[in-house]
Amino acid sequence: MKKPELLCTAANLDELTQVIEAGADAVSIGHERYGLRVAGNFELEDIRRAVKIAHARSAKVYVSVNALFHNDDLKGLPEYLKALEKIGVDAIVFGDTAVVMIARQIGLKLPLHWNAEVLTTNYETMNYWGRKGATRAFVARELNMDAIVEIKENAEVEIQVQVHGMTCIFHSRRNLVTNYEKFKGQEPKTTGMDRKLFITEEKREDLQYPIFEDRNGTHIMSAEDICILEYLDELMDAEIDSFKIEGIMKDTNYNVKVTSIYRRAIDAYAESPDKFRGMVDGLMDELRSIQPSHRELTTGFFFKEQVY
Amino acid sequence: MADINVISDKKILKPRGPILQKPEVLAPAGNLEKLKFAVRYGADAVYIGGQSLGLRANADNFSFDEMKEATEFAHAHGSKVFVATNIIAHNEDLHQVDDFMRNLQRSGIDAIIVADPALIERTKQAAPDLELHLSTQASTTNWQTVQFWKEEGVSRVVLAREVSIREIREIKKHVDIEIEAFVHGAMCISYSGRCVLSNHFTARDSNRGGCSQSCRWQYDMFEELPQDEAEIEQIGKKALPMFGEQDPQFTMSSKDMCMLGFLPDMIDAGVDSFKIEGRMKSIHYVATVTNQYRRAVDAYCADPDNYKLNPEWMEEIRKASHRSLTTGFFYGMPTEQDQLYGENEDMPEYEFAGLVLDYDAESGIATLQQRNKFSAGDTVEFFGPTLDRFAQTVGEMWNEKDEPITSAPHAMQIVKMRVDRPVAEHDMMRKEKK
Repeated sequence: MKKPELLCTAANLDELTQVIEAGADAVSIGHERYGLRVAGNFELEDIRRAVKIAHARSAKVYVSVNALFHNDDLKGLPEYLKALEKIGVDAIVFGDTAVVMIARQIGLKLPLHWNAEVLTTNYETMNYWGRKGATRAFVARELNMDAIVEIKENAEVEIQVQVHGMTCIFHSRRNLVTNYEKFKGQEPKTTGMDRKLFITEEKREDLQYPIFEDRNGTHIMSAEDICILEYLDELMDAEIDSFKIEGIMKDTNYNVKVTSIYRRAIDAYAESPDKFRGMVDGLMDELRSIQPSHRELTTGFFFKEQVY
Repeated sequence: MADINVISDKKILKPRGPILQKPEVLAPAGNLEKLKFAVRYGADAVYIGGQSLGLRANADNFSFDEMKEATEFAHAHGSKVFVATNIIAHNEDLHQVDDFMRNLQRSGIDAIIVADPALIERTKQAAPDLELHLSTQASTTNWQTVQFWKEEGVSRVVLAREVSIREIREIKKHVDIEIEAFVHGAMCISYSGRCVLSNHFTARDSNRGGCSQSCRWQYDMFEELPQDEAEIEQIGKKALPMFGEQDPQFTMSSKDMCMLGFLPDMIDAGVDSFKIEGRMKSIHYVATVTNQYRRAVDAYCADPDNYKLNPEWMEEIRKASHRSLTTGFFYGMPTEQDQLYGENEDMPEYEFAGLVLDYDAESGIATLQQRNKFSAGDTVEFFGPTLDRFAQTVGEMWNEKDEPITSAPHAMQIVKMRVDRPVAEHDMMRKEKK
């Protein structure tokens, strides 16, 4: 059985090294100037070192360039993409079509992965981006298992699925936290991820939705963490190409352990379904023991019905 | 934000004469009746939704037969009809696309508004005569992306609401394509489509028409404190509230867009179509708002050098508004002043009281169809596609049998009443809601 790639995010070089050593086949990094909701900011020099570390351990490095670009943001983009190619990163993750245009104009040879998050909901759109140069598409987290399997069956590009962690549920260009503080007549403080702000809604007070600002605007994140560990066999049977662990706003210890748990689960199922079934309960216990108490582990939308 | 009450008083460098290529006024229509009002009140084009593939699952929406009728009516009045098919499709939505688009093409509509490339590709094959407009749901914010869609055969791009006037000017400079911009109405506070709050809070899929406007709900904001057990014991809580007893809760509600006071800037930047939001809005809203944009565009284009915003147009707009107004991102990043916190302001609300069916100049008596109850002694206002608003007190009234009445309580009942100034068929009578 062909094993799926295990992809993890990394906030810094130390975390990058540790998740690779814990079993990640690839890491996803970037800088908020070009990418959305990266776990930590990597300058070009950091990316160069990241590639060196990763390649020495046979792991790949993907760089997020998936911001929504305004005219002014386009100016440094060709140079940035060229620099990434020169450094030798393994792929670029994009969400805005401007990246496709610029890649064509500068003759970029790097593989492109399409990730517009909530907009990646059907296989024809993924194949469309495949014809425009993408080699991989990331599946929206709001889809259920049947839809994901159907997408993979009909996809002409590699398919990536988030199997663990937080998801973004709202993105505004406005500075909504700063605006609120100003409205209350307070001097706005820092509003980044480090501040650990969250919002609650009156009917579900136990659910804490992290909220932060950066140069791309305001982001609200899910109150729960996706965890598909128990159903990993279904995704492996479907031959999904890449499993992503989203480590944003989690500490390195947590991310390293989660990576190691998924690594063992993938390897076990590839060896034999019985081996996987024999150990999955133990792996789940291990996960629960490190899970922050206020963040429930759920299967997200994998088994949820939605209406419209 | 720019102050919407200030009339821009720019120095004219050299006289320009009339603008011959006027931008389009594009109005929403939730059903056939609203569409007819939108067209009569000045829309160059209207956009509607079909029975599927649109983002307003709760609107009336049009059957193909109604679309045909709508298109015949609009074309007879020199207006166009666009159909919003701007869902972000899921696998199971794909199968119906070809038939749906073929039916749209057959109904004679002028263009579709589309966000998902899968629908663009299928439409090109199944209904190649349909013109393609890229929806604001695609969040197009730069000229390279606009250029991409032009090369893909899209004839018009509806820009993201996050784009400024300066950026529009740059886009028009780089790419020769029609640009449509929202100029009026309610706004997503997120990048349109980049929000699944509804999916999480109500299991309703926002990008397939299920949006439950969770952004406008009230939230509490906290700062997480260190999770160390000892510390929690010491402070007694895990999180610090970011609000005091008296503070309104955190919310993400935007004021409504209104660019009526700034149309010259928009026209000069090269915007080809001015879009008014609101397929769920009333006839009164659509007619009132559309008509003010019609009047402003006509006045500016007829004589740009001597154009002045008529304060009455803004007064009219306010009669159809229930939120305060903002210029959004057009002049830069919105601030806290562009958002709504706490209770909404108490704005007077007006409703459609009667539709003028006929007017007898000799007697000064109008025949009206009742749309909401009105009585003798009520203050009402008449307005119309070309009629300048006037107010009067309801005086003598008669029913269909010419019997005197003092009140018109029945829906659609025919009423004759004396009016202070001449009116005409299709003019409307409004009154303040009590």
